[in-house]
Amino acid sequence: MNKKVALTGNEAVALSMKQINPDVVAAYPITPQTEIVQFFSSFVANGQVDTEFVTVESEHSAMSATVGASAAGARAMTATSANGLALMWEVVYIAASNRLPIVMPVVNRALSAPINIHCDHSDTMGARDSGWIQLYSENSQEAYDNMIQAVRIAEHPDVLLPVMVMMDGFIISHGLENLEVMDDESVKDFVGTYKPDHYLLDIENPITMGPLALFDFYFEVKRQQAEAMKNAKDVILDVAKEYKDLSGREYGLFESYKLDDAEIAIVVMSSAAGTGKYVVDKLREEGKKAGLLKLRVFRPFPHKEIAEALKHIKALAVMDRAESFSDFGGPLFAPIRSALFDVKNDIKVVDYIYGLGGRDIVPPHIEKVFNDLEEIKETGKYDKLVNYLGVRE
Amino acid sequence: MNKKHEKVIAPDVGWRNVTRAGIIPTAGNAEYYETGGWRTKKPVWIEDKCIHCLLCWRFCPDSSVIAEDGKFGRFDYEHCKGCGICVNVCPSDAIDFIDEGETSEGRNDGE
Amino acid sequence: MATLKEQSKKEQILTGGHRLCAGCGHGIAVRMVLNAAEDPLVIGCATGCLEVATTIYPYTAWRSSFIHNAFENAAATISGVEAAYKSLKKQGKIKDDFKFIAFGGDGGTYDIGLQSLSGAMERGHNIVYVCLDNGAYMNTGIQRSSATPRGADTTTSPVGKVIPGKQQFRKDLTAIMAEHNIPYAAQASPNNWRDLYNKAKKAFEVEGPAFINVMAPCPRGWRYNTPDIADILKLAYETRYWPLYEVENGEWKLNYKPKKYVPVEEWLKLQGRFRHLFRDENRYIIDEIQAEVDRRWEVLLERCGEK
Repeated sequence: MNKKVALTGNEAVALSMKQINPDVVAAYPITPQTEIVQFFSSFVANGQVDTEFVTVESEHSAMSATVGASAAGARAMTATSANGLALMWEVVYIAASNRLPIVMPVVNRALSAPINIHCDHSDTMGARDSGWIQLYSENSQEAYDNMIQAVRIAEHPDVLLPVMVMMDGFIISHGLENLEVMDDESVKDFVGTYKPDHYLLDIENPITMGPLALFDFYFEVKRQQAEAMKNAKDVILDVAKEYKDLSGREYGLFESYKLDDAEIAIVVMSSAAGTGKYVVDKLREEGKKAGLLKLRVFRPFPHKEIAEALKHIKALAVMDRAESFSDFGGPLFAPIRSALFDVKNDIKVVDYIYGLGGRDIVPPHIEKVFNDLEEIKETGKYDKLVNYLGVRE
Repeated sequence: MNKKHEKVIAPDVGWRNVTRAGIIPTAGNAEYYETGGWRTKKPVWIEDKCIHCLLCWRFCPDSSVIAEDGKFGRFDYEHCKGCGICVNVCPSDAIDFIDEGETSEGRNDGE
Repeated sequence: MATLKEQSKKEQILTGGHRLCAGCGHGIAVRMVLNAAEDPLVIGCATGCLEVATTIYPYTAWRSSFIHNAFENAAATISGVEAAYKSLKKQGKIKDDFKFIAFGGDGGTYDIGLQSLSGAMERGHNIVYVCLDNGAYMNTGIQRSSATPRGADTTTSPVGKVIPGKQQFRKDLTAIMAEHNIPYAAQASPNNWRDLYNKAKKAFEVEGPAFINVMAPCPRGWRYNTPDIADILKLAYETRYWPLYEVENGEWKLNYKPKKYVPVEEWLKLQGRFRHLFRDENRYIIDEIQAEVDRRWEVLLERCGEK
C-alpha cells in the first residue's frame, strides 16, 4: 500500500532506513545530514527498529564500525556529508574493496575550504573512484526510492558492493515535498533478509578478511572487483523493474527528458534537473528542440547507453556541480565527452560548472546555457570549452 | 590432492577464481607455509633433562613447541625459526641449541 | 588459574607458519592472551607487524575469524563487529556466543588509533583491546612513537651530532585508558605469564570494554640478543620502567613490587638502542630517565594505595 505524505529529504531517507530496519547503523552527525541521524536515533530510542545504533566519535569510526558490522554478517548502514565523507575516505575504499554491501545516504555538501554547509557535489565526486555504486536523486521521492533499491543492488551476489545514495544538501534534504511512500511490510518484503556467504560470525567457517596481498594477488582481486561494478548495471535495471511493479515508479540508469528529437541538450544530475526540465518545457513551447538527460547512476558509468541516448544531439552542455581543478572541466564532463567519442558525430560538448557552495541555479542560468547551445549548433563553434555559470566576474 | 592444495589457493589462479576481496576462508592454513628454512640454529630436546614444565611451549612465538597430553611432545621444525627463546627459558638445560646442519648424534630431537 | 599443562591442551588460535621475525614478542604475547579465551573469538587487528605477518594472502595464521581494516581503526572496527553480534543475537539470527578482541601495536594504539580506541572504550562495547607495545613503528622500520622511551635511537629520532635520540618521555597510555573508567585496564608482561593470563581472563570476563597494555619486545628495534627476551622483559618491571598493575572498576592494584631497587640502566644497557646514552656526554639522559621512572612509580604507588 502506498500513501502520500509530505516529508523533507532527510525525513524521507530516515523513513526508508526505518523501513529497511538494518541490523547496525554507525553514524556521526554533520550538517546537512544531521537530521537523518537524529530521526534514526529516535526510532532506536522508541524501539521502532531492531538496529544496534553505534554513536561513534567521528566519521572515520562510523565507516570503520560499519565495515566491522557488515563483515560480521549484519546489514549495516551509515550516513554522511562533505567533510564527514572526506574524513572516512580511507575506509570508504576499504568497504568497497572488501565487497561489503553497505548502504550510505550522502547529503551532498561542498567540501572545505572555505568551510561551507551548502550543496555541491565535490564530496561524492571525489569518491567516484572508490568502488562504490553511486545513485543520485533529484528529489525526496527519488532519495527514498533509491535507498530501498540500494539494499537489493548492494547485496546482489553478482555485485556485493556498497552503494551511496545522494541528495542535494538543504535544497532537497531540508525542503518539504509531497511524495509517495510504501508501507513497512512492503519494504520489508522487498529488501528481504541479508544472507552473507562469508562472514566473521559464522562459527563453522571462520574467515580472515582484509589480508595483505601484494604483486602476486592484488591485481586479480581488483580485476574481480571491477567485474562486480560491471555486473551492477544489469542488477540496477532488474531491481528497478521489480521496484516499479511494487511502487509504480520507473527508474533506469538515467532519465531521458524530451531527448528523442532534441538537437540541443544538457546532462545534469540531482535537484538542478528539476529546474532544467522546467526550462526545456519552456523552450519547447518556443519551438526549440531542447532536451535533457538526468544521470541517476554515475558509478557504474553507463557510457554505452549515454552515447546511444545522445548520439543525435548537435550541441551538448554538461552541467557539473563540482570542480575537478584539472583545467578540463568538472568530473562529469570528461566521461560524458569521452562516451560520445565513438559516436563520431562531431557533437560539440561543452561544460558548465555551476552551483558551487550552494550558489543558486535558476531558470535564466539554464536558459543561457541553451542559448549558448543554439549558437554552437548554428556556428559549429564554441567560445569556451569550460564555462562557469553564476559566478561573478 | 593433498591437504595443502585444498586449503591454499594456487599462485597461478586467475581473477575469476581468486577469493572475493581476498577473503581467506581456510582458517589457520598458514600451517601449510614452512618457516623452518629461516633457521640457522636449531633447538634440540634432551629428554633426560626435561621436567616438562612447558615454559618452552609457553614462550615459543611460533607455536612450534608441540605439547602432547600436557607434556613436551616435540619441536615442529617445519615452523620453528630457531629464535632460541626456548633454550634460554628452559630451567633445566633440557634444550640444546646447535647449528643447522650439525648432526645431533646421541641427541633426541623429539621427532 | 590454569596451569601450563592445562593451557597447553587448548587449541592454539595462532598457528605456526606466520611470518613474524624469529623471536618476536608479538607471537609470545598473542599466544598467551588468546589462551585465556573460553568462547569463540572474532579478532581485529590494526595494520602493523602482527597483521602483515599473519595474513599474507593466501595464508592466514588465525584459526578464529579475523578482520584487519586499517591502521588507526581496529577499535572502531571491532566495536562494529560487536554491535553486529548484539543485534543479530537479539534478533535470534545467530545462536553462538562470541568474544571480541583487537590487537594493535603502539603506533596503532598510542598514536594514530587513539581516538578510535577512546571512542570505543567510552561507548562501552563488550570488547578487549590489547596493545602490543614495542615502543616504535617497527613494521615500517623503527620510527619513534609516543611509546618510545626517552633517549632511544630510532630512525626518526636518530642519534645525531646535536640530538642524542628521542627527546620525550613515553606517553602513559595504560593510565589514560584507566581514566576512561572502563571496567578493566591493566599493564602486563609476557615474562610474568601467570599475571598476563589472569589479566587476559579478567578482560574477557568483564562486561564492557577492557584494555591491556602488553610489553612486546622487538629484537630488531631494541637491538638485544634475541634469545634473551625473558631477561629484557623481566628487567623492565624489576627496574619499574614497566610496572605490572591493573585497574578494576576504578580500583588500582599493583600486581608486582620489586624486592630491591634496580636502576633503570640495568635494563637500558642490554639494548643497542640506548648504547649512546652510556657515553659520558649523554649520561645525564640516563639520570633523567631514572628520575622520571622514580616519579611515575611514586604516583603509581599512591594510586594503588601502597603509600
